[in-house]
Amino acid sequence: MVDESTIWHYLEEVPDPEVPVLSVIDLGIVRGVKVISDQEVEVTITPTYSGCPAMNYIEQAIREVLSEKGIGEIHVQTVLSPAWTTDWMSESGKEKLLAYGIAPPVNETDKLVLFGDAPVVKCPQCGSEHTKMLSLFGSTACKALYQCQDCLEPFDYFKCLR
Amino acid sequence: MKNNLFTYTLRIADDSLILGQRLSAWCGHGPVIEEDIAMTNIALDLIGQATSLLEYAAEVEGKGRSADDLAFLRFEHEYFNTQLVEQRNGDFAVTMVRQWIFDTFRLPFYEALQRSADKQLAAIAEKSLKETKYHWKHSSEWIIRMGDGTEESNKRVNDALTLLWKFSDELFYMDQVDQDLIEQGIAIDLETLRPAFDERVQLVLQEAGLQLPDSKWKLNGGRVGRHTEHFGHLLAEMQYMQRAYPNMEW
Repeated sequence: MVDESTIWHYLEEVPDPEVPVLSVIDLGIVRGVKVISDQEVEVTITPTYSGCPAMNYIEQAIREVLSEKGIGEIHVQTVLSPAWTTDWMSESGKEKLLAYGIAPPVNETDKLVLFGDAPVVKCPQCGSEHTKMLSLFGSTACKALYQCQDCLEPFDYFKCLR
Repeated sequence: MKNNLFTYTLRIADDSLILGQRLSAWCGHGPVIEEDIAMTNIALDLIGQATSLLEYAAEVEGKGRSADDLAFLRFEHEYFNTQLVEQRNGDFAVTMVRQWIFDTFRLPFYEALQRSADKQLAAIAEKSLKETKYHWKHSSEWIIRMGDGTEESNKRVNDALTLLWKFSDELFYMDQVDQDLIEQGIAIDLETLRPAFDERVQLVLQEAGLQLPDSKWKLNGGRVGRHTEHFGHLLAEMQYMQRAYPNMEW
Protein backbone atom coordinates (compact mmCIF):
# COMPACT_ATOMS: atom_id res chain seq x y z
CA MET A 1 0.00 0.00 0.00
CA VAL A 2 1.27 3.44 -0.95
CA ASP A 3 1.98 5.58 2.10
CA GLU A 4 1.85 9.34 2.62
CA SER A 5 5.60 9.89 2.56
CA THR A 6 5.74 8.25 -0.88
CA ILE A 7 3.11 10.69 -2.16
CA TRP A 8 5.04 13.65 -0.71
CA HIS A 9 8.09 12.27 -2.50
CA TYR A 10 6.17 11.99 -5.79
CA LEU A 11 5.02 15.60 -5.48
CA GLU A 12 8.65 16.75 -5.58
CA GLU A 13 8.38 16.05 -9.30
CA VAL A 14 5.64 18.67 -9.76
CA PRO A 15 7.25 21.99 -10.77
CA ASP A 16 5.91 25.46 -10.20
CA PRO A 17 5.13 26.57 -13.77
CA GLU A 18 6.34 30.13 -13.24
CA VAL A 19 9.54 29.18 -11.44
CA PRO A 20 10.18 25.67 -12.80
CA VAL A 21 13.32 25.20 -10.71
CA LEU A 22 11.07 24.94 -7.64
CA SER A 23 8.79 22.01 -6.93
CA VAL A 24 5.45 22.57 -5.25
CA ILE A 25 7.10 21.04 -2.14
CA ASP A 26 9.99 23.57 -2.21
CA LEU A 27 7.45 26.35 -2.59
CA GLY A 28 5.51 25.12 0.42
CA ILE A 29 2.07 25.14 -1.14
CA VAL A 30 1.18 21.50 -0.42
CA ARG A 31 -0.67 21.50 2.87
CA GLY A 32 -1.67 17.90 3.22
CA VAL A 33 -1.71 14.45 1.71
CA LYS A 34 -4.24 11.78 2.60
CA VAL A 35 -4.08 8.23 1.34
CA ILE A 36 -7.62 6.93 1.15
CA SER A 37 -6.77 3.63 -0.50
CA ASP A 38 -4.10 2.20 -2.77
CA GLN A 39 -5.95 3.78 -5.65
CA GLU A 40 -7.23 6.99 -4.10
CA VAL A 41 -5.34 9.99 -2.79
CA GLU A 42 -6.30 13.48 -1.64
CA VAL A 43 -3.86 16.39 -1.92
CA THR A 44 -4.53 19.78 -0.33
CA ILE A 45 -2.84 22.87 -1.76
CA THR A 46 -2.94 26.61 -1.05
CA PRO A 47 -2.31 29.53 -3.45
CA THR A 48 0.67 31.86 -3.06
CA TYR A 49 -1.41 34.89 -4.10
CA SER A 50 -5.22 35.10 -4.37
CA GLY A 51 -5.07 35.67 -8.11
CA CYS A 52 -2.29 33.19 -8.84
CA PRO A 53 -3.10 32.06 -12.39
CA ALA A 54 -0.95 28.94 -11.99
CA MET A 55 -3.29 27.16 -9.57
CA ASN A 56 -5.27 25.33 -12.25
CA TYR A 57 -2.08 24.28 -13.96
CA ILE A 58 -0.58 23.03 -10.70
CA GLU A 59 -3.69 21.02 -9.93
CA GLN A 60 -3.47 19.46 -13.38
CA ALA A 61 0.24 18.72 -13.00
CA ILE A 62 -0.36 17.00 -9.65
CA ARG A 63 -2.98 14.79 -11.29
CA GLU A 64 -0.65 13.92 -14.15
CA VAL A 65 2.31 13.01 -11.95
CA LEU A 66 0.27 10.92 -9.54
CA SER A 67 -1.62 9.09 -12.25
CA GLU A 68 1.70 8.22 -13.92
CA LYS A 69 2.60 6.60 -10.60
CA GLY A 70 -0.52 4.46 -10.83
CA ILE A 71 -2.90 6.34 -8.56
CA GLY A 72 -6.36 6.00 -10.11
CA GLU A 73 -8.39 8.55 -8.24
CA ILE A 74 -6.89 11.90 -7.27
CA HIS A 75 -8.69 14.65 -5.41
CA VAL A 76 -7.08 18.09 -5.25
CA GLN A 77 -8.49 20.50 -2.70
CA THR A 78 -7.63 24.17 -2.23
CA VAL A 79 -7.56 25.82 1.20
CA LEU A 80 -6.83 29.46 2.05
CA SER A 81 -5.98 29.19 5.73
CA PRO A 82 -3.40 29.25 7.15
CA ALA A 83 -2.40 31.69 4.42
CA TRP A 84 0.81 31.01 2.55
CA THR A 85 3.78 33.24 3.31
CA THR A 86 7.34 33.08 2.02
CA ASP A 87 8.24 31.46 5.35
CA TRP A 88 6.66 28.27 3.97
CA MET A 89 9.38 28.03 1.34
CA SER A 90 12.03 25.44 2.13
CA GLU A 91 15.70 26.34 2.65
CA SER A 92 16.68 24.16 -0.31
CA GLY A 93 14.03 25.99 -2.34
CA LYS A 94 15.72 29.31 -1.52
CA GLU A 95 19.09 27.91 -2.62
CA LYS A 96 17.60 26.66 -5.88
CA LEU A 97 16.09 30.08 -6.55
CA LEU A 98 19.44 31.78 -6.07
CA ALA A 99 21.21 29.32 -8.36
CA TYR A 100 18.49 29.96 -10.95
CA GLY A 101 19.13 33.73 -10.88
CA ILE A 102 16.21 34.85 -8.70
CA ALA A 103 17.04 36.49 -5.39
CA PRO A 104 15.23 34.57 -2.61
CA PRO A 105 13.04 36.40 -0.06
CA VAL A 106 14.89 38.11 2.77
CA ASN A 107 13.33 39.25 6.01
CA GLU A 108 11.78 42.62 5.48
CA THR A 109 10.34 45.22 7.74
CA ASP A 110 6.57 45.37 7.65
CA LYS A 111 5.05 46.73 4.43
CA LEU A 112 3.07 49.14 6.57
CA VAL A 113 6.22 51.06 7.42
CA LEU A 114 6.35 53.59 4.61
CA PHE A 115 9.70 55.19 5.22
CA GLY A 116 11.76 52.40 6.75
CA ASP A 117 14.97 50.99 5.36
CA ALA A 118 14.59 48.89 2.25
CA PRO A 119 15.81 45.30 2.66
CA VAL A 120 19.25 44.43 1.36
CA VAL A 121 18.71 42.11 -1.59
CA LYS A 122 21.91 40.57 -2.91
CA CYS A 123 22.49 40.34 -6.65
CA PRO A 124 22.11 36.67 -7.64
CA GLN A 125 24.71 37.16 -10.38
CA CYS A 126 27.66 38.83 -8.65
CA GLY A 127 26.63 38.76 -4.99
CA SER A 128 26.84 42.53 -4.58
CA GLU A 129 24.69 44.16 -1.91
CA HIS A 130 24.67 47.35 -3.92
CA THR A 131 21.29 46.86 -5.60
CA LYS A 132 18.17 48.94 -6.07
CA MET A 133 14.51 48.21 -6.48
CA LEU A 134 13.11 49.21 -9.85
CA SER A 135 9.55 48.14 -9.13
CA LEU A 136 7.73 46.57 -6.22
CA PHE A 137 5.74 44.54 -8.75
CA GLY A 138 7.44 42.26 -11.25
CA SER A 139 6.89 39.63 -13.90
CA THR A 140 4.61 37.56 -11.65
CA ALA A 141 2.59 38.34 -8.53
CA CYS A 142 5.32 36.90 -6.29
CA LYS A 143 8.25 38.90 -7.64
CA ALA A 144 9.69 42.41 -7.58
CA LEU A 145 12.15 43.85 -10.09
CA TYR A 146 15.66 44.86 -8.97
CA GLN A 147 18.87 45.97 -10.60
CA CYS A 148 22.46 45.44 -9.48
CA GLN A 149 24.38 48.72 -9.30
CA ASP A 150 27.73 46.95 -9.71
CA CYS A 151 27.26 44.43 -12.51
CA LEU A 152 24.19 46.34 -13.79
CA GLU A 153 22.16 43.16 -14.36
CA PRO A 154 18.45 43.51 -13.72
CA PHE A 155 17.04 40.59 -11.73
CA ASP A 156 13.88 39.21 -10.17
CA TYR A 157 13.47 39.17 -6.43
CA PHE A 158 11.03 36.69 -4.90
CA LYS A 159 9.46 39.16 -2.54
CA CYS A 160 8.74 38.55 1.10
CA LEU A 161 5.05 37.98 1.77
CA ARG A 162 3.83 37.99 5.36
CA MET B 1 -29.67 35.35 8.05
CA LYS B 2 -28.38 33.39 5.08
CA ASN B 3 -29.52 36.22 2.85
CA ASN B 4 -27.62 38.75 4.95
CA LEU B 5 -24.41 36.76 4.69
CA PHE B 6 -24.89 36.56 0.93
CA THR B 7 -25.36 40.33 0.64
CA TYR B 8 -22.46 41.05 3.00
CA THR B 9 -20.10 38.80 1.04
CA LEU B 10 -21.22 40.33 -2.26
CA ARG B 11 -20.51 43.83 -1.00
CA ILE B 12 -16.90 42.90 -0.27
CA ALA B 13 -16.57 40.85 -3.47
CA ASP B 14 -17.97 43.56 -5.73
CA ASP B 15 -15.55 46.18 -4.41
CA SER B 16 -12.66 43.90 -5.39
CA LEU B 17 -14.18 42.83 -8.69
CA ILE B 18 -15.05 46.29 -9.96
CA LEU B 19 -11.81 47.94 -8.88
CA GLY B 20 -9.93 45.02 -10.44
CA GLN B 21 -11.85 45.55 -13.67
CA ARG B 22 -11.14 49.29 -13.65
CA LEU B 23 -7.44 48.83 -12.97
CA SER B 24 -6.99 46.15 -15.60
CA ALA B 25 -8.00 48.72 -18.25
CA TRP B 26 -4.55 50.27 -17.66
CA CYS B 27 -2.92 47.14 -19.08
CA GLY B 28 -0.78 48.33 -21.97
CA HIS B 29 -1.48 51.99 -21.17
CA GLY B 30 0.63 52.60 -18.06
CA PRO B 31 2.79 55.74 -17.98
CA VAL B 32 5.91 53.55 -17.67
CA ILE B 33 6.25 49.80 -17.99
CA GLU B 34 6.92 49.23 -14.27
CA GLU B 35 3.69 51.00 -13.44
CA ASP B 36 1.79 49.13 -16.11
CA ILE B 37 2.95 45.89 -14.51
CA ALA B 38 2.22 47.14 -10.99
CA MET B 39 -1.37 48.09 -11.82
CA THR B 40 -2.09 44.81 -13.56
CA ASN B 41 -0.53 42.89 -10.65
CA ILE B 42 -2.80 44.71 -8.23
CA ALA B 43 -5.77 44.09 -10.54
CA LEU B 44 -4.91 40.40 -10.55
CA ASP B 45 -4.80 40.27 -6.75
CA LEU B 46 -8.18 42.02 -6.57
CA ILE B 47 -9.81 39.72 -9.10
CA GLY B 48 -8.32 36.73 -7.25
CA GLN B 49 -9.87 38.00 -4.02
CA ALA B 50 -13.16 38.56 -5.83
CA THR B 51 -13.07 34.98 -7.11
CA SER B 52 -12.71 33.54 -3.59
CA LEU B 53 -15.46 35.83 -2.30
CA LEU B 54 -17.87 35.17 -5.17
CA GLU B 55 -17.34 31.41 -4.90
CA TYR B 56 -18.26 31.69 -1.25
CA ALA B 57 -21.25 33.94 -2.00
CA ALA B 58 -22.51 31.41 -4.55
CA GLU B 59 -22.17 28.63 -1.99
CA VAL B 60 -23.99 30.65 0.69
CA GLU B 61 -26.79 31.48 -1.71
CA GLY B 62 -27.17 27.82 -2.64
CA LYS B 63 -29.25 28.40 -5.76
CA GLY B 64 -26.87 26.81 -8.23
CA ARG B 65 -25.34 30.06 -9.45
CA SER B 66 -21.56 29.98 -9.92
CA ALA B 67 -18.98 32.66 -9.14
CA ASP B 68 -18.89 33.48 -12.85
CA ASP B 69 -22.68 33.83 -12.98
CA LEU B 70 -22.47 36.32 -10.13
CA ALA B 71 -19.61 38.23 -11.71
CA PHE B 72 -21.01 38.47 -15.22
CA LEU B 73 -24.76 37.98 -15.19
CA ARG B 74 -26.21 40.35 -12.64
CA PHE B 75 -27.94 43.59 -13.53
CA GLU B 76 -26.60 46.96 -12.46
CA HIS B 77 -28.77 47.32 -9.33
CA GLU B 78 -27.69 43.86 -8.14
CA TYR B 79 -24.07 44.92 -7.66
CA PHE B 80 -23.24 46.24 -4.20
CA ASN B 81 -19.82 47.83 -4.66
CA THR B 82 -19.19 51.34 -3.37
CA GLN B 83 -19.45 54.13 -5.89
CA LEU B 84 -15.78 54.95 -5.28
CA VAL B 85 -14.43 51.89 -7.07
CA GLU B 86 -16.60 52.32 -10.17
CA GLN B 87 -15.35 55.86 -10.84
CA ARG B 88 -13.49 56.22 -14.12
CA ASN B 89 -9.73 55.84 -14.27
CA GLY B 90 -9.19 59.46 -15.29
CA ASP B 91 -5.53 60.39 -15.28
CA PHE B 92 -2.91 58.54 -13.26
CA ALA B 93 -3.55 60.76 -10.22
CA VAL B 94 -7.25 59.88 -10.19
CA THR B 95 -6.47 56.16 -10.45
CA MET B 96 -3.94 56.34 -7.62
CA VAL B 97 -6.10 58.45 -5.30
CA ARG B 98 -9.02 56.05 -5.83
CA GLN B 99 -6.68 53.12 -5.08
CA TRP B 100 -5.15 54.80 -2.06
CA ILE B 101 -8.49 55.66 -0.43
CA PHE B 102 -9.62 52.09 -1.02
CA ASP B 103 -6.39 50.45 0.23
CA THR B 104 -6.37 52.65 3.31
CA PHE B 105 -9.83 51.34 4.16
CA ARG B 106 -9.13 47.74 3.21
CA LEU B 107 -6.13 47.39 5.53
CA PRO B 108 -7.98 47.82 8.85
CA PHE B 109 -11.03 46.09 7.35
CA TYR B 110 -9.16 42.88 6.51
CA GLU B 111 -7.23 43.07 9.77
CA ALA B 112 -10.57 42.97 11.60
CA LEU B 113 -12.28 40.48 9.29
CA GLN B 114 -9.53 37.93 10.01
CA ARG B 115 -11.23 37.49 13.37
CA SER B 116 -14.74 37.03 11.93
CA ALA B 117 -16.80 34.17 13.34
CA ASP B 118 -17.33 33.12 9.74
CA LYS B 119 -14.37 30.85 9.00
CA GLN B 120 -14.32 31.33 5.24
CA LEU B 121 -14.50 35.14 5.37
CA ALA B 122 -11.74 35.07 7.98
CA ALA B 123 -9.57 32.87 5.74
CA ILE B 124 -10.09 35.12 2.71
CA ALA B 125 -9.26 38.18 4.83
CA GLU B 126 -6.07 36.60 6.20
CA LYS B 127 -4.91 35.84 2.68
CA SER B 128 -5.95 39.17 1.15
CA LEU B 129 -4.45 41.32 3.91
CA LYS B 130 -0.92 40.31 2.94
CA GLU B 131 -1.52 41.47 -0.64
CA THR B 132 -3.27 44.65 0.45
CA LYS B 133 -0.19 45.74 2.43
CA TYR B 134 1.75 45.87 -0.84
CA HIS B 135 -1.06 47.74 -2.58
CA TRP B 136 -1.25 50.33 0.17
CA LYS B 137 2.48 50.89 0.25
CA HIS B 138 2.49 51.37 -3.51
CA SER B 139 -0.46 53.78 -3.70
CA SER B 140 0.71 55.73 -0.64
CA GLU B 141 4.15 56.25 -2.10
CA TRP B 142 2.59 57.63 -5.26
CA ILE B 143 0.38 60.06 -3.33
CA ILE B 144 3.48 61.34 -1.57
CA ARG B 145 5.51 61.53 -4.75
CA MET B 146 2.79 63.41 -6.64
CA GLY B 147 1.90 65.71 -3.75
CA ASP B 148 5.53 66.52 -3.03
CA GLY B 149 6.53 66.52 -6.71
CA THR B 150 6.09 69.18 -9.35
CA GLU B 151 3.51 71.94 -9.51
CA GLU B 152 1.69 69.91 -12.15
CA SER B 153 1.66 66.63 -10.19
CA ASN B 154 0.56 68.48 -7.06
CA LYS B 155 -2.31 70.09 -8.94
CA ARG B 156 -3.43 66.79 -10.40
CA VAL B 157 -3.39 64.87 -7.14
CA ASN B 158 -5.26 67.73 -5.49
CA ASP B 159 -7.90 67.69 -8.22
CA ALA B 160 -8.22 63.93 -7.82
CA LEU B 161 -8.72 64.27 -4.05
CA THR B 162 -11.42 66.87 -4.64
CA LEU B 163 -13.10 64.60 -7.18
CA LEU B 164 -13.01 61.40 -5.11
CA TRP B 165 -12.96 62.19 -1.42
CA LYS B 166 -16.75 62.60 -1.33
CA PHE B 167 -17.04 58.87 -2.12
CA SER B 168 -14.84 57.78 0.79
CA ASP B 169 -17.57 57.89 3.42
CA GLU B 170 -19.52 55.13 1.71
CA LEU B 171 -16.78 52.66 2.63
CA PHE B 172 -18.16 52.98 6.18
CA TYR B 173 -21.82 52.49 5.18
CA MET B 174 -23.74 50.06 7.38
CA ASP B 175 -27.36 48.98 7.52
CA GLN B 176 -29.48 46.16 8.93
CA VAL B 177 -27.43 43.57 7.03
CA ASP B 178 -24.38 44.63 8.98
CA GLN B 179 -26.18 45.02 12.30
CA ASP B 180 -27.53 41.47 12.21
CA LEU B 181 -24.17 40.00 11.31
CA ILE B 182 -22.26 42.14 13.82
CA GLU B 183 -24.40 40.60 16.55
CA GLN B 184 -23.27 37.18 15.41
CA GLY B 185 -19.62 38.19 15.34
CA ILE B 186 -19.46 37.81 11.56
CA ALA B 187 -19.47 41.39 10.24
CA ILE B 188 -17.21 44.25 11.31
CA ASP B 189 -18.57 47.35 12.99
CA LEU B 190 -17.03 49.75 10.49
CA GLU B 191 -17.19 52.70 12.87
CA THR B 192 -14.44 51.02 14.88
CA LEU B 193 -12.14 51.26 11.86
CA ARG B 194 -12.37 55.02 11.47
CA PRO B 195 -9.51 55.96 13.82
CA ALA B 196 -7.06 53.67 11.99
CA PHE B 197 -8.30 54.92 8.63
CA ASP B 198 -8.07 58.60 9.59
CA GLU B 199 -4.63 58.14 11.07
CA ARG B 200 -3.24 56.51 7.93
CA VAL B 201 -4.86 59.15 5.71
CA GLN B 202 -3.21 61.94 7.72
CA LEU B 203 0.15 60.18 7.82
CA VAL B 204 0.35 60.12 4.04
CA LEU B 205 -1.23 63.51 3.37
CA GLN B 206 1.15 65.25 5.74
CA GLU B 207 4.15 63.68 4.09
CA ALA B 208 2.70 64.60 0.69
CA GLY B 209 1.98 68.19 1.71
CA LEU B 210 -1.68 67.74 0.84
CA GLN B 211 -4.95 68.44 2.61
CA LEU B 212 -8.39 66.94 2.43
CA PRO B 213 -10.93 69.03 0.52
CA ASP B 214 -13.06 71.39 2.59
CA SER B 215 -16.34 70.10 1.26
CA LYS B 216 -18.25 67.82 3.59
CA TRP B 217 -20.41 66.50 0.76
CA LYS B 218 -20.81 62.72 1.00
CA LEU B 219 -22.22 60.34 -1.55
CA ASN B 220 -23.46 56.81 -1.17
CA GLY B 221 -25.90 54.31 -2.65
CA GLY B 222 -23.65 51.65 -4.15
CA ARG B 223 -24.10 49.32 -1.18
CA VAL B 224 -27.82 49.08 -1.95
CA GLY B 225 -27.40 48.89 -5.72
CA ARG B 226 -27.64 52.58 -6.72
CA HIS B 227 -24.74 53.46 -8.95
CA THR B 228 -23.25 56.42 -10.78
CA GLU B 229 -23.63 56.73 -14.53
CA HIS B 230 -20.17 55.33 -15.25
CA PHE B 231 -21.09 51.94 -13.85
CA GLY B 232 -23.40 50.85 -16.66
CA HIS B 233 -20.65 51.49 -19.19
CA LEU B 234 -18.22 49.41 -17.18
CA LEU B 235 -20.69 46.52 -16.99
CA ALA B 236 -21.42 46.67 -20.71
CA GLU B 237 -17.77 46.00 -21.40
CA MET B 238 -17.21 43.52 -18.56
CA GLN B 239 -20.28 41.43 -19.39
CA TYR B 240 -20.04 41.55 -23.15
CA MET B 241 -18.70 38.03 -23.72
CA GLN B 242 -21.21 36.30 -21.42
CA ARG B 243 -24.11 38.30 -22.84
CA ALA B 244 -23.09 37.76 -26.47
CA TYR B 245 -22.12 34.09 -26.04
CA PRO B 246 -24.12 32.77 -23.07
CA ASN B 247 -22.41 30.04 -21.03
CA MET B 248 -19.13 30.30 -22.90
CA GLU B 249 -16.18 29.01 -20.90
CA TRP B 250 -12.53 29.92 -20.89
